[in-house]
Amino acid sequence: MKQTLKKFFEQLNVAAQCRKYNLPLRQCPQFLFLAMGSINIAAMIAAYAIGIRYGDLEMVSLVALALSAILLIISFVITRSFEQLAEANRLKTEFVNIVSHQIRSPLTNLKWIVEILTSGVLGRPESKQTEYFKILKENLERMQKLVNELLTVSRIESAKIALKKENFSLENVARDLIKEFEPISKSSNVIIETEFSPGTPPVNGDPFQISQALENLIYNAIRYIGFAGEEIARGKNPGRVAVKIYGKGGFVFCEVSDNGIGIPKEDQKYIFQKFFRAGNVRRYQTGGTGLGLYIAKNIIDSSGGKIGFTSRQGQGTTFWFKLPAANNRKNSKLKK
Amino acid sequence: MEKILFIEDEAAMQKAVSEFLGAKGYHVVSALDGELGVNMAKNSSPDLILLDIILPKKNGFDVLRDLKSDEKTKSIPVIVLTNLSQMDDVSQMMDMGVTTYLVKNDQSLQDILRVIDQTLGVSHDEAAG
Repeated sequence: MKQTLKKFFEQLNVAAQCRKYNLPLRQCPQFLFLAMGSINIAAMIAAYAIGIRYGDLEMVSLVALALSAILLIISFVITRSFEQLAEANRLKTEFVNIVSHQIRSPLTNLKWIVEILTSGVLGRPESKQTEYFKILKENLERMQKLVNELLTVSRIESAKIALKKENFSLENVARDLIKEFEPISKSSNVIIETEFSPGTPPVNGDPFQISQALENLIYNAIRYIGFAGEEIARGKNPGRVAVKIYGKGGFVFCEVSDNGIGIPKEDQKYIFQKFFRAGNVRRYQTGGTGLGLYIAKNIIDSSGGKIGFTSRQGQGTTFWFKLPAANNRKNSKLKK
Repeated sequence: MEKILFIEDEAAMQKAVSEFLGAKGYHVVSALDGELGVNMAKNSSPDLILLDIILPKKNGFDVLRDLKSDEKTKSIPVIVLTNLSQMDDVSQMMDMGVTTYLVKNDQSLQDILRVIDQTLGVSHDEAAG
């Protein structure tokens, strides 16, 4: 209750909110709405008072007319300011899109040239050189991942992600991903276990996008396990990631659990925010982009599903999502 | 030796791909713009074409349209190699009859080699490099 009240009063502090968005008061929707509401109330009271005191209908009509005119002007200004905000957001998205595309080509060049240098086509490199080529390759991959994720985000925000609707097996998607992750999980000393319930119905959605969402969850699970403890780091006790898939009530559920470091309680409410990275992860490494979960949430939400997690610091995290099953009648109705 | 025509305007990319595929036994000829690409396809009859989409003079869509409407070139397999990854581009290109659509950023040279080998029915011993 106290929290709700605090939030309510924070909302009323329009000046602070407008400052936060770096907007002048005359262009700030929060302020304009408040002004509109106040003028409305004041004018109503004035009209009521005039009506009671003088019984002058003409005067009341005039006040109402003046009020309508003022409200019309303010509404116009609000619409304009929303337009400007939308335009700024569109330009930002377009900018990210163009920049990401422009970065992709030189990155591909670099990646391929490193591949030629390490492939032996031009002669075997010395071991010290191989070591540096490896670092170069890893950093290029990191940059590529970031650029890819920025592109996905810019598409999500400009609603350009075309979501196909088809029936497919989520188990097969998970199997392919786990196979792809094999080299990373081995080198991180992580075992990936699966538990697929027999008879799980196919999922209805976009297999490519949903695969990307699941990939982000498995990738996070493997990566963040590495910081769980000395035993795992030293290779004594392997980390465990479990991928579980089952059907229930017209939905297909998928859970990705790990025995990693967990998400600190104070960070949990921000975990799906763009560019957010939990404090305990930031301390260990700098490689993440803070976009993976944001992307996963957007994909699952726009596929008619839901995503969530449970986590205990020091014990591990389970991310889960549910997607409409192929035979989900409610879903097929929604599609129409 | 199979001949591959690589239509790509970036010199560094041309060099890397030609070097790699050359070492694997392919003869790579290059065109730095779309118009030249179409002419070379007609005159040098390659076994396979690697095609970028964003190209000077004639973009990849127009190049493909020209190739598919010419008796001489319409049966040459075309692999699109681009950094455009929007679904509409992919499906438009696939509808126009390309063999495979590859996003450069997601592919290693080895991956590209594998697709070319498969398309041409050539086998490379990977262990021998």
